[in-house]
Amino acid sequence: MAGSTPASPTAEVPLAAAAPLIAAAAAPRKTLGGEAWRRFRRHRLAVASALVLALMTFAVLFGSLIWPVPINAIDFAAHLQGPSLAHPLGTDDLGQDLLARMLYGGRISLAVGFASMVIAVLVGTLVGAVAGSSRSATDTGLVWLIDLFLSLPQLPLLLLLIYLFRASLRKLAGLEIGTFILIVVVIGGFRWMSVARLVRAEFLSLREKEFVEAARALGAPQWRLVMHHILPNAFGPVIVAATIEVANAIIAESTLSFLGLGFPPDVPSWGRILYDAQDYLDIAPHWALFAGGAIFLTVMAINYVGDGLRDALDPRRVL
Amino acid sequence: MDATQLRAMIGKVKAGRLSRRAFVQRMAGLGLTAPFVNLMLAQEGFAAPASFDYKPTKAGGGGTLRTLWWEGPTLLNPHFAVGTKDQDGSRIFYEPLAGWDPDGNLVPVLAAEVPDAKKGTVSADGKAVTWKLKRGVKWHDGQPFTADDCVFNWQYASDPATAATSIGTYKDIKVEKVDDYTIKVEFPKPTPFWATAFVGAQFGQIIPKHLFEKYKGGNSREAPANLAPVGTGPYMFVDFKPGDLVRGKRNPNYHMPNRPYFDLIEMKGGGEAVSAARAVLQTGEYDFAWNLQVEDEILKRLEQGGHGQILITPTGNIEHIEINQTDPWQTVDGQRSSIKTTHPFLTDPAVKEALNLLVDRASVQQFIYGRTGVATANFVNNPERFRSRDTHYEFNIQKAIAILDRGGWKPGSDGIREKNGVKLKLVFQTSVNGPRQKNQEIVKEACQKAGIAMELKAILASVFFSSDVGNPDTYRKFYSDLQMFTTVMGQPDPQEFMRQFLSNEVAQKENKWQGRNVTRWRNPEYDALFAAAENELDAVKRATLFIKMNDMVVNDVVVIPEIYRPGVSGVANGLNVWISGWDSNFWALQDWYRNA
Repeated sequence: MAGSTPASPTAEVPLAAAAPLIAAAAAPRKTLGGEAWRRFRRHRLAVASALVLALMTFAVLFGSLIWPVPINAIDFAAHLQGPSLAHPLGTDDLGQDLLARMLYGGRISLAVGFASMVIAVLVGTLVGAVAGSSRSATDTGLVWLIDLFLSLPQLPLLLLLIYLFRASLRKLAGLEIGTFILIVVVIGGFRWMSVARLVRAEFLSLREKEFVEAARALGAPQWRLVMHHILPNAFGPVIVAATIEVANAIIAESTLSFLGLGFPPDVPSWGRILYDAQDYLDIAPHWALFAGGAIFLTVMAINYVGDGLRDALDPRRVL
Repeated sequence: MDATQLRAMIGKVKAGRLSRRAFVQRMAGLGLTAPFVNLMLAQEGFAAPASFDYKPTKAGGGGTLRTLWWEGPTLLNPHFAVGTKDQDGSRIFYEPLAGWDPDGNLVPVLAAEVPDAKKGTVSADGKAVTWKLKRGVKWHDGQPFTADDCVFNWQYASDPATAATSIGTYKDIKVEKVDDYTIKVEFPKPTPFWATAFVGAQFGQIIPKHLFEKYKGGNSREAPANLAPVGTGPYMFVDFKPGDLVRGKRNPNYHMPNRPYFDLIEMKGGGEAVSAARAVLQTGEYDFAWNLQVEDEILKRLEQGGHGQILITPTGNIEHIEINQTDPWQTVDGQRSSIKTTHPFLTDPAVKEALNLLVDRASVQQFIYGRTGVATANFVNNPERFRSRDTHYEFNIQKAIAILDRGGWKPGSDGIREKNGVKLKLVFQTSVNGPRQKNQEIVKEACQKAGIAMELKAILASVFFSSDVGNPDTYRKFYSDLQMFTTVMGQPDPQEFMRQFLSNEVAQKENKWQGRNVTRWRNPEYDALFAAAENELDAVKRATLFIKMNDMVVNDVVVIPEIYRPGVSGVANGLNVWISGWDSNFWALQDWYRNA
């Protein structure tokens, strides 16, 4: 069925026809990257979000140099204070400076989010690509595997894995790095299935397209077909799925902290700060608002950037 | 409050405008203990405390009583109970011969009367006690309750193969049936505090012989009645989901007249203390919440919700930090924290002394516990006569640093102190609970300043306090360097309480970690003091011995006592409860009622 689908009327035909025009109008923007960048810039929200994200990344990486307040200095005299000059984001109930804690915690939350996303996307793409490009029993087997993972009860399994491997990983890689690796692997390892399904579906439809057939007719080997012709075209939905994964991972990390299985309780990841602040919502709203706001802003920014990227990288889209 | 106001209040009590109980509670709020307040009232010419004023004139008709225990019970056999949650859960269905009232007096439950030396039921040499049982009491399945049941409980609990947590109370005594309604408890040695076996919720609840007979010994855990109790209590078993929900219905044949008032009882487990407090004080979804270990600041705010109030009851409960004497990071014979190991540095006097100086108890009280805790240097705080006056606590980082320096612990390149290649790195565990995590952070910050690295670990309360032998994260296994929790003093006498430092009570694989000595501290001198106190009939000398034991564990820094905690429960407006700090919260469950 996929083979009988005519080449997309909106993509190939006008693009091919318009190519000389574009080339004539804007001669310097001919490279694929340049073209994508041009398309991305037209998505104003995506550009703004990318800026916000860059700013946040910069802040959590270098913020502690500009704001060198220790994250765990307890000062009861200043407990539960609102924002002030001494504490721009206020303090928590032990009088610890929230700005310093947010900066430190952001490092963990963002790192967990992105690293888990990378794992989910890598595994998902690999499984999806192999399944989508093979026509044998491999495909059926991998689809079963995906279904199997989807039907596993995740939380109990997470608990089990963490109980089994926490101690040994900590010994191997140290407390924080060990916990980080475990959490990232565990979260990423249970989130790749949706990516794999998307990639497989894209592959099934793309591999029957004319341009792929043309490449095959020209004698391109299987890996070249996959890497150069099918995969780049399948990446749009994957990017959107990836941005959602980042948000999911940040939230999953806070769930684990909540259950006492993530980082130690005094490591102020954003999820942890939010959890601590919930009981004080009515007397010290700033505490929860800043942490919640940071998660909200990050997740939204990533979603918009993903949106922009998909538009920019989708060769079939006209912008 | 000054003397004039106090006099005025006592005047109100005299005039009957303020109940004696309310007065004692108000004084407890000021940090005065029940015995002290009673003394105060006695000086003003008051007799023994009045009992609870039970108003309903018939049993039943009260609807459902919804109670909230944020750690739900995991089993309902009192002989396997670990922690108050299991004891309280069992206490709905099972009863002891006698319980402890808030002032530390014995009140008969299944007994006809409390043994008394004047009546000759307590022997002069302190070696035998005769209990007369109440007649006409029936188990929920209709079988009569007799002396045989009491004798069986002794046989059951004292059999090491049963692996009962109450074995310490029963193993050295002898219980004899005199007639169907009389038993004689014999002690091998003179025993001044004889009210242990068959008394109170902790070790006194009695299970039926006819259902447990076949399950005495190695197969004790297989008894169906472990999860479906048949007792003599005010409520009969309906349904039980471990860790989640216990339900009971009114026992129509209950042995006390006009009781109980409620038709159904629900004991819901799970969640955490703040949401429990909120459910009773602010939203009114539940009638009673147990053990509200919540920052006072939050409690005050929730009380403004107008659905209920907190109730503060004097107890001997102590929030403390335990110091592992064995090595939790080395596996010997399939167990960590084995007594064949010693801790690499926590047995070093310099380190222990420094740690003791690094716990800022005053701040923990002021900023976390407020009305609900009192900073203390002692492990035994109540009753008053057992409290040591020779101990004191101090928070002094500089002094701790000086002690560590003198002890040869020098800062390494990473700022962490070390000696002979051993680094001062600790893992400090406790249950997931707001105040405890803050408390952990306060300790960690001070330790960091002194060059001691600390990893904090918070474990779900239902796991940490679980009786599950397979779980490595329980407090009884103590697979970490330090841990913090509250030990409950079940009786107004420190004897059972201080058993937890005895060498023969060490928790280990061989006893399925049911021993009560969790720090694994072993000291023959302490054992000897304890043995002496067990048999000392002179009350003053006995108190002195316990004070000496308290001073030993405090000065040797086996534990770092932090906060002595009165009981804090949330009670819905209109619900009348009778809570004792010396017994289970449900010790007088049959008397609970709601204002019409």
